[in-house]
Amino acid sequence: MPAPNEQTVAEPTVVEAADTPGRPPRRTPSPLALLRNSWRQLTSMRTALILLFLLAVAAVPGSLLPQRDVNIDDVDGFRREHPDLFPILDRLGGFDVYASPWFAAIYLLLFTSLVGCIVPRLRDHVRALRAVPPAAPRRLDRLPRHAVLSGHDGDLTAIAAMLRRRRWRVVVRDGEVAAEKGHLKETGNLLFHLSLVGVLLGVALGASYGWHGNRLLIAGPDQAFCNTVQQFSESKLGQRVDDGDLPRFCLELTDFEATFLPSGQPESFRARVRVEPWGRAAYPASFSVNDPLRLDGANVYLLGHGYAPVLRYTDRHGRSQVSVQAFLSVDGNLTSEGAAFFPDVNIDPATGSRDPNLQVAFEGLYFPTTPEDGPAIRSVHPEERAPGLFLRAYRGNLGLDAGIPGSVYAIDQRQVANGRLKQVGDGKLLRPGESWTLDDGTTLEFLGTRKYITLTVRHDPGEPVVLASAALLLVGLMPALFVRRRRVWFRVVPAPAGASTTGRSSLVEVGGLPRTDYPGFAEEFDQLVAAATVPPVLRKEETN
Amino acid sequence: MAALSDQLLVVAILGYLLAMIIHAAEYAFGNRGLVGRAATRPERELALVGAGAAAGATPDAAGPGAEPPAGGGVDGAPPARRPAASKTALVGRVAVALTVIAAAVHLAVLVTRGIAAERMPWGNMYEYVLTATFIGSVVWLGLLHRRPSIRHLGLFVTLTMVILLAVAGLVLYVPIVPLMPALNSYWFIVHVSAAALASGLLQLGAVPAVMYLIRHGYDQGKRSFPYTLGARVPAADTLERLTFRLHAFAFPIWTFAVMAGAVWAEAAWGRYWGWDPKETWAFVSWVVYAGYLHARATPSVRRPVTIWIALVGCLTMQMNLYGVNIFFEGLHSYAGLD
Repeated sequence: MPAPNEQTVAEPTVVEAADTPGRPPRRTPSPLALLRNSWRQLTSMRTALILLFLLAVAAVPGSLLPQRDVNIDDVDGFRREHPDLFPILDRLGGFDVYASPWFAAIYLLLFTSLVGCIVPRLRDHVRALRAVPPAAPRRLDRLPRHAVLSGHDGDLTAIAAMLRRRRWRVVVRDGEVAAEKGHLKETGNLLFHLSLVGVLLGVALGASYGWHGNRLLIAGPDQAFCNTVQQFSESKLGQRVDDGDLPRFCLELTDFEATFLPSGQPESFRARVRVEPWGRAAYPASFSVNDPLRLDGANVYLLGHGYAPVLRYTDRHGRSQVSVQAFLSVDGNLTSEGAAFFPDVNIDPATGSRDPNLQVAFEGLYFPTTPEDGPAIRSVHPEERAPGLFLRAYRGNLGLDAGIPGSVYAIDQRQVANGRLKQVGDGKLLRPGESWTLDDGTTLEFLGTRKYITLTVRHDPGEPVVLASAALLLVGLMPALFVRRRRVWFRVVPAPAGASTTGRSSLVEVGGLPRTDYPGFAEEFDQLVAAATVPPVLRKEETN
Repeated sequence: MAALSDQLLVVAILGYLLAMIIHAAEYAFGNRGLVGRAATRPERELALVGAGAAAGATPDAAGPGAEPPAGGGVDGAPPARRPAASKTALVGRVAVALTVIAAAVHLAVLVTRGIAAERMPWGNMYEYVLTATFIGSVVWLGLLHRRPSIRHLGLFVTLTMVILLAVAGLVLYVPIVPLMPALNSYWFIVHVSAAALASGLLQLGAVPAVMYLIRHGYDQGKRSFPYTLGARVPAADTLERLTFRLHAFAFPIWTFAVMAGAVWAEAAWGRYWGWDPKETWAFVSWVVYAGYLHARATPSVRRPVTIWIALVGCLTMQMNLYGVNIFFEGLHSYAGLD
């Protein structure tokens, strides 16, 4: 992708030449010529522009279709809603747009085009930086700006000094001063495009050596987790990372504070944790949205929060089990859905054998603030002002032993459908401390809730590279857009006989050439001419 | 304070509306306008010559050389029509003065809203649109100050302003609430102000872009409806250069806004880039505008084509502002709309 190049006034530049790939004379096409032509085509501005637009267009489906990397649940939802369309779109990479081969093809071609363009330009630019400003054209009056200073003493060194003070690149030749300014434009241009390559490399570095894992963490020492892949509900490791590379630490949620407005809009969150790095003493820490927990080699981010009801089930033999199971919030007032499973209950103490048809599970909704009147369908506030847990009881075979991974937030409806799992009685709304006796004499007690957070643990070594490249990109962008290249020449010409009445007898001809679109050049040119005139005895001829 | 802000919004919209009407009056009844021409049919040829002369003079003035003198476009009329011209100019100045007043009220809307909310007024889509349009308004007045000859674009600027503010007030309005925790960061000010500034500039940049296409068509001899407007706008060259300068100014700011957003996203969501719908469309806009800048720097790409690219960029910005907030569910769902 060639940089925004100056619009050349006088001479064609590399890009312009590359932009109009001239037809080579007809010869028998050799593979080498074909390659060379393809390369020239690829690095042309036209191709780069087309690739840019393809990139923009290709990014759009990623916002229209749910993406696996962004929200896997939405992808599953799409699969259920459009069972016919899903496989086709999936084959096309519609749910992994940014990891799809066609998206990669576009940006890799674009970057190849970019590199193919900036490398020659880098070479040319280095050459231009080392070169002295070129000799003046013979006819300065043909340049866009032109002026003649009469009565000048012909001392070009003063003019050269004046130009150098104004930070022009100056060379004094026989009877003329050539000066040039604005190479910073191309420097910025190249820096901008090289930084883009840097951003891409940083992203690639992150994809290779970065990793992340998501999980839900319920408060309490019994629920603490350690940073291994097995303990994440969802994780993704870069190609060059394996489980052993993850930094070892354990995390326990000690407390979670959330404040809300009367309307239920959240105001602030803070999670307090106990961090135990491998082989070192544990210490307390806290983190929040916008304020992640930064550990050695990993950052922990707070993503969400909710409530985990604590339930005690006492079976036919009088044995109790406690379940702490997070319920997932479904709305802003933290109405939460979930289930509690008791697969290992009703074990006959005499035989020690488990009856697989006497497993028990409860499914339902939790309301932090149960509506005072009307049916309990939705929570009316996210804080626990009037907690209520509406549950339905199920007894039978939970289907957990089949080895098929199932949700921990809902009972297996297939087991209900085939009759192996039956609902027991009607649902019941429980308040904290209340218990519910089922038809077989077993009881369920709602002990209360614990808070939970959802978090992501992440490490991306590409981040500093991307950030530094992005900063350089911005630095390069400014001069690339706002610096203008221009040249001026001052030449002493012999004064026509009798034109001068003073001792100063030289005429100095001045020519100016803006090499980029530069509306203010005339002003700057006039200032230079004025500064070169000592004293200001000036006869100026404007060519336009 | 909140109620005051809401009332001031109505005043601001009325101010822009009035400015628009007066701009339209200047446009229609000015000596070179449609009505003026129809009324003085024998002089039609003269009027057209006058328009042609003005058109010929402006690129020269805008080119390497002097900035056009104050009151450029209108003062370029033939001397015989001087009294009518100055009267039209007066009407135009009244319109500009009204725009200034409307912009001041517009600022007051934002300030009172911010005071009432006890934070920067950029917390939801309503406030964001108010801010972006205010920036567009201020930049427009700044440009007008430097280049009075573009005053005829005022009709379209004020029209855009009225439409956007009305949409904000009628569709996007939400009552004041404090920021949600995800927005509670100093990056909020950095990211949102840069994004609002850039989108204000880019939206304003679309105005000369559209006018360029109209003027270009007019110069090519098209005389059907939208092109007839071209008779009164500045020269195509001036419009094109103005479009470029606005975009060139806005592009680094937009780049910075996206970057600041990425830095913030790292702190808030754990990753600097996650192809959230808002991020995706910001990326699409960035790529399209980068394409515009490249196309403009390439001599072989014709100018109308580059202008169309800029307009496609503007459409992607609109998509990002309205489409993403309203139709998509993503992490940037702060519009406060149901």
